[in-house]
Amino acid sequence: MLIFATTILLTVVAMIFMMVWNSMPTIKQFGIGFLFGRDWQPASDIYGALPFIYGTIVSSLIALIIAVPLSLGIAIFLVEQAPKKVATPIAFLVELLAAIPSVVYGLWGIFVLAPFIRNYLGVFLQDYFGWLPLFQGRLTGIGMLTGGMIMALMVTPIITAVVRDVLEVVPTQQREAALALGATKWETTKIVLGNAASGIAGAVVLGLGRALGETMAVTMVIGNSPQISASLFEPAYTIASVLAANFAEATDSLYLSALIEMGLVLFLVTFVVNGFAKLLVARVAKGTGTAKVT
Amino acid sequence: MKSKISIKNLDFHYGPNQALFDINLKIKEREVMAFIGPSGCGKSTFIRTINRMNDTIPIAKVSGEVLIDGKDIYAPKTDVVSLRRKVGMVFQKSNPFPKSVFENVAYGIRINRMHSGKSDLEDRVEKALVDAALWDEVKDRLNSSAFGLSGGQQQRLCIARALAVQPEVILMDEPASALDPIATQKIEELVVELKKEYTIAIVTHNMQQAARVSDKTAFFMLGKLIEVNPTEIMFTNPEDQLTEDYITGRFG
Repeated sequence: MLIFATTILLTVVAMIFMMVWNSMPTIKQFGIGFLFGRDWQPASDIYGALPFIYGTIVSSLIALIIAVPLSLGIAIFLVEQAPKKVATPIAFLVELLAAIPSVVYGLWGIFVLAPFIRNYLGVFLQDYFGWLPLFQGRLTGIGMLTGGMIMALMVTPIITAVVRDVLEVVPTQQREAALALGATKWETTKIVLGNAASGIAGAVVLGLGRALGETMAVTMVIGNSPQISASLFEPAYTIASVLAANFAEATDSLYLSALIEMGLVLFLVTFVVNGFAKLLVARVAKGTGTAKVT
Repeated sequence: MKSKISIKNLDFHYGPNQALFDINLKIKEREVMAFIGPSGCGKSTFIRTINRMNDTIPIAKVSGEVLIDGKDIYAPKTDVVSLRRKVGMVFQKSNPFPKSVFENVAYGIRINRMHSGKSDLEDRVEKALVDAALWDEVKDRLNSSAFGLSGGQQQRLCIARALAVQPEVILMDEPASALDPIATQKIEELVVELKKEYTIAIVTHNMQQAARVSDKTAFFMLGKLIEVNPTEIMFTNPEDQLTEDYITGRFG
């Protein structure tokens, strides 16, 4: 069995080695400036990763801003409020969402979400919040907001499932203690959330890790244009998308190196984010989350 | 003295299983009544009907009357939140919140909006801790975690937390069963002290404890109330043969 475990370890090491090795040309040529360059012109051998890093972070943040309250609400409903007969099928449906292939989300994004944003949501936002730079510009339905919303839908099942597990391990005695003091249902729920705080944080970070690496669906709706724009309606680009979209045509060795270096950046970020999330969730599962006060 | 709590023809079901059978019982104001009986006899279920804590169990069904100050707490329009404020509860396993010592006691005061300002809140917390005989031990660590206290201190903190909302009745479900003898003794002394102001129903496994702290004792078996009597009579000259068999250790 040890040999299988070792295989995994070796694979990870080999992956990191391969990525570092193959991105040496751009590391040598651009150094740290690669991460801050705003220009991306493969034809002139100019490679700056900033628009992609920006697109990845902003689309993931949009995803979290939508998905976190949604997931918390679903999980609280499932654990604290819904009778078992209702909770079980809903929990099943939410988990089913996680099983839908990314490309199907992408199709749905193109044919449903993008027109919805173009014709309704975007119009509404421009009417009422158009004074914000976030919501100015041309409405095409394809862009940062659409990418972020698709991601939100995809990470919601993950965050919901983890938060649900975390809420379920909060001891019943905590709920009873609050109720016995005259707490309402909502006040009791707040006590439960307080107990689960670090696990919830873990769930959010886990969702973030997933959003950062999401590729297919986002590529289909984000517009794939390497620019940094304040408007969420403008097209953008993420690291994962640029890798998927350009790998086949990257024949030039510097171009290939630039793509691989961005892959390396993404890998390291998601690696750290995931490790951090697992740590937070494990703390709650062991019960130490309730035994520590900060 | 009038009855604080009076129970009439109380039946309790968990789904198809009946857990309590036709219980009739009165507890007077400022009286400590101890509930003894073998495990699973329904004594915990019984005291949890007095603050409707069993409401959280979907399959639980109650019939009969539980009157507190003459009002049926199972009447349709009962405000359960204010009922539970009036009838405090201390649980078998101490269950402080993951907050500081101060915030644990302040919690009930805050949610019930009982305080008029910061210094009033501090006064109320201090008084509850003094009444729970914990103040001297925690006054220098009010802002540190409640989980840093010993088991016995945590249980007294839970008592302080319950006292802070100024209940009239306190239900205690084996409050000392997880504690060492010294911590147990402190809880017992506290119960005797609290009796001056509160009506107390205490479930206990420990018959000596019942004898030490209570005015009256009720003996439950298999969901039935076998006997209620003043404690000294119960332990010296019980009326029922079953009670005698239990307290002399013939079963249980």
